[in-house]
Amino acid sequence: MKACINRRDFLKTGAVTAAGVAILPQFLAQCTSGPAQVTGGNLSLNDYLSHFGVTQEMIQQVIAQGLSKGGDYCDVYFQHVIGNYIGLEDNAVNRAYSDVSFGVGIRVLKGDQTGYSFSEEITIEAMKSAARTAANIATSSAKVAPVAFESPKLPNYYTIKTPWEEVSINEKIPYLQKINEKVFAQDKRIIKSNVSFSDETSYVLFANSEGTLTYDYLPMGQIGVSCTAEQNGQKEQNGFNLSGRNGIEFFSPEAVDRLANEAVKRTVDLFDAVKPKAGELPVVLAAGSSGILLHEAIGHGMEADFNRKGTSIFSDKIGKKVANDFVTIVDDGTNANIRGSINVDDEGNASECTYLVENGTMNSYLHDRISAKHYGVTPTGNGRRESFRHIPLPRMRNTYMLPGPHKKDEIIETVKYGIYADSFTNGQVMIGAGDFTFYVKSGYLIEDGKLTRPIKDINIIGNGPQVLKDIEMVGDDLKMAEGGWTCGKNGQGVPVSQGLPTVKVSKITVGGVNA
Amino acid sequence: MTNKERKELAQWAVDFAQTKGASEVAASISNSRSVEIEVREQKVDKIKESTENGLYLQIYRDNKYSGHSTNNLKKKELEKFISEAVEATKYLTADEFRTLPDPGLYPSGDYSDLQLKDDNYNKVDPEKRLEIAMEIERLARAQSDKIISATGGYSDDYSESVRVHSNGFIGERVSTSFWAGAEVTVKDGDARPEGYHWGGARHFSEMPKPEELSQRAAQDALQRIGQTKINSGKYDMLVDNRTVARLLYMFVGPMSARSLQQKSSYLEGMLNQSIASPLLTVIDDPTIPKGFGSRHYNNEGLAAKKRVMIEKGVLKQYYVDNYYGKKLGMTPNGGYPSNVVFELGKRDKEAMTRDIKNGILVTSFNGGNSNGTTGDFSFGVSGFLIENGQIVKPVNEMNISGNAKEFWQQLAEVGNDAYAYSSMKCPTMLFTEIDFSGI
Repeated sequence: MKACINRRDFLKTGAVTAAGVAILPQFLAQCTSGPAQVTGGNLSLNDYLSHFGVTQEMIQQVIAQGLSKGGDYCDVYFQHVIGNYIGLEDNAVNRAYSDVSFGVGIRVLKGDQTGYSFSEEITIEAMKSAARTAANIATSSAKVAPVAFESPKLPNYYTIKTPWEEVSINEKIPYLQKINEKVFAQDKRIIKSNVSFSDETSYVLFANSEGTLTYDYLPMGQIGVSCTAEQNGQKEQNGFNLSGRNGIEFFSPEAVDRLANEAVKRTVDLFDAVKPKAGELPVVLAAGSSGILLHEAIGHGMEADFNRKGTSIFSDKIGKKVANDFVTIVDDGTNANIRGSINVDDEGNASECTYLVENGTMNSYLHDRISAKHYGVTPTGNGRRESFRHIPLPRMRNTYMLPGPHKKDEIIETVKYGIYADSFTNGQVMIGAGDFTFYVKSGYLIEDGKLTRPIKDINIIGNGPQVLKDIEMVGDDLKMAEGGWTCGKNGQGVPVSQGLPTVKVSKITVGGVNA
Repeated sequence: MTNKERKELAQWAVDFAQTKGASEVAASISNSRSVEIEVREQKVDKIKESTENGLYLQIYRDNKYSGHSTNNLKKKELEKFISEAVEATKYLTADEFRTLPDPGLYPSGDYSDLQLKDDNYNKVDPEKRLEIAMEIERLARAQSDKIISATGGYSDDYSESVRVHSNGFIGERVSTSFWAGAEVTVKDGDARPEGYHWGGARHFSEMPKPEELSQRAAQDALQRIGQTKINSGKYDMLVDNRTVARLLYMFVGPMSARSLQQKSSYLEGMLNQSIASPLLTVIDDPTIPKGFGSRHYNNEGLAAKKRVMIEKGVLKQYYVDNYYGKKLGMTPNGGYPSNVVFELGKRDKEAMTRDIKNGILVTSFNGGNSNGTTGDFSFGVSGFLIENGQIVKPVNEMNISGNAKEFWQQLAEVGNDAYAYSSMKCPTMLFTEIDFSGI
């Protein structure tokens, strides 16, 4: 249903993608005579072409069809995604899901207008038909000569040891069982535990009418734990998950211990939690996933499509001082193995670390192709899409603040009455009004400069530009979020991450109780 | 492919899976054609047209369970896909409750016409689709010179699906839907508040008119000019019918058999107990002709029936699916909401406003969440301050918090205005003494 044209910007965590039993994808099994060599991140352009059963000539024909009605630009995005999920519940690994999705999305641009269609069949007829549909964004006619493709050398920010397609279900099951045992052993109050193991592998081949040809292999691995504890008739539930562009080697014995320990600790800590007073309070954000503040307060508002349309509260702020000098905020696609990293964006543009705010001054929007052209700047590598079924838009990657001059303890000591927020479930923003929110699952009251009672389940709401001004202190302890964050916009989700050092905001509105 | 061909393919998939070792199998195959158009400044900003296919297979192999989906429906590929799916299932732990539903719960076959499909779908002129989006955008932008941006949108889809179970269920479904709306941005000092409105119908001729959609979207944005946050405090909260649905999720999730069985529901043990004020009667009704949530059967083949879920504040039923129903020894009853309708009150939102001395009319939620295990919730809000029966000024950047156990007992009035453009047909609702946090 299209009722989300406005409610487009949300961020949530712990989301488990569809399905999965470890089965070999059909195409690879058919294309190779041996095991292993053609899976994973070491594939060549020819491997990708044969993976999708296409040739460069076929792609050129499709592009020519896309431009046949006078469009300026055409791109073709092939994708093959394999997702797996295995779940443990009530002490048994008793459910598994898998999802295989395959197709090509064809986009034609005329100025800043977009025509789009996709085909789940990769035959020349089906692709040309989709290209003709997309071509209708333009209304004249043209004959375009085929352009020679060039493949830029791409970095690899997510090398892994073993491709997920080679990890059998039997290898994954013991992780769930071990974590489950540890969860129950950790605390006698635990009554239920759910552990899930999901992985996804995406093969992408991209080409456009400017001669760019890129390809990428994108792994993602995630283990999540959710548990419920009971004490004196009171029940509490919480969880913890680790997600990244990792292989199974990432889930070391230390990671397994952490998953169990953190999930349990975060759950049982809630028994003593209170609700703070309602109203404007100083808020100290713990280093790590509280980077959600940036994602919601400024990240979406800096997506260039909103700004070129004049709908974002940040539409006139480039070059202006918006925060203290020690505030520098970036959106980065180059962090090793982190969930929001990309080797190349979904429009064939190079990934990079883009400075949104540099030493307190607003520096750059997050651009897709159309916006970069509109503003006359180099694309920033933020053109992303959920899948071949979706139109690329400016999207975030890993959004974080660089370390600052203060220390965590020093920061907390300055607060007479406020809150310390350390775990979150979701957030949202109205980019025009500038109202952003995020939900604090757990944290602490700060009273007279010390962390006192735990707090839980409160929403925080603020104004983006105002909060930037109100960032009073920034610690030196930058940490990145570790969980499975997914950002939603215009009905499509992309994996992202965020990070923050310990940060103090002088005041934001905190949901709580009135006397 | 026609639905007849899909049924044959689904039956083949079921049979083939059984030859490979599956004990029981459920297969569903779907196809959806959709068009989406966005217009800005009287030009097409985006147009997207495509067809999507899917096959979803659920394998029960000696009480071991797994589910698999693919968008490649060629038999040769499916043979491999199914073989591997059945093979992999054997590594899971057997679970005695993993079996297909009792066939006695399937529909008896007397299908009333739910009118989910507009027979004139193919006659909708592509030019007409564009015209609607253009008209909405033009009308929206014309509402006021304070408007700095407007987007008009149109989308429709035609969906067909079949479902076949190895224990005798065969069903099919065809449906259409048509949606249109606008998003509007206005200038308000440094800020650019946004408003929107979308509406739709299953039949093209019943779509809401461009005038309604554009006016409401523009109003939604214009009314926010000057919005500020106000003092924290306890206020009566009036929530408009378009916005109420968000609040229902406080109890819909906890009503699921899964949350009960996993001990993460604050409604555990509350069957036949009061969970809300007597003004709340919630009926789950899959039989409404053309309803957005209407169905003859659900995603497990269970026959869809009208059911009273909450009656005068008393919880009468949980949402019970096949698997968790078996685990709990409860009869499955549809598992998840279809259309949700309420016993309506007598007055509309304007009349209800006039009796409020000190309250806030909430017209949108912004983020927030609720904790199904404890009932705690907190949401961002914006809306209007009401004093002595009058709307005084717009407010924003505030939160509400509370706990569902108390909150729903504070439901003081239900309006007469069921919202048309959703499967959740909520009326305006009034809650007393809610904790708002602002300044």
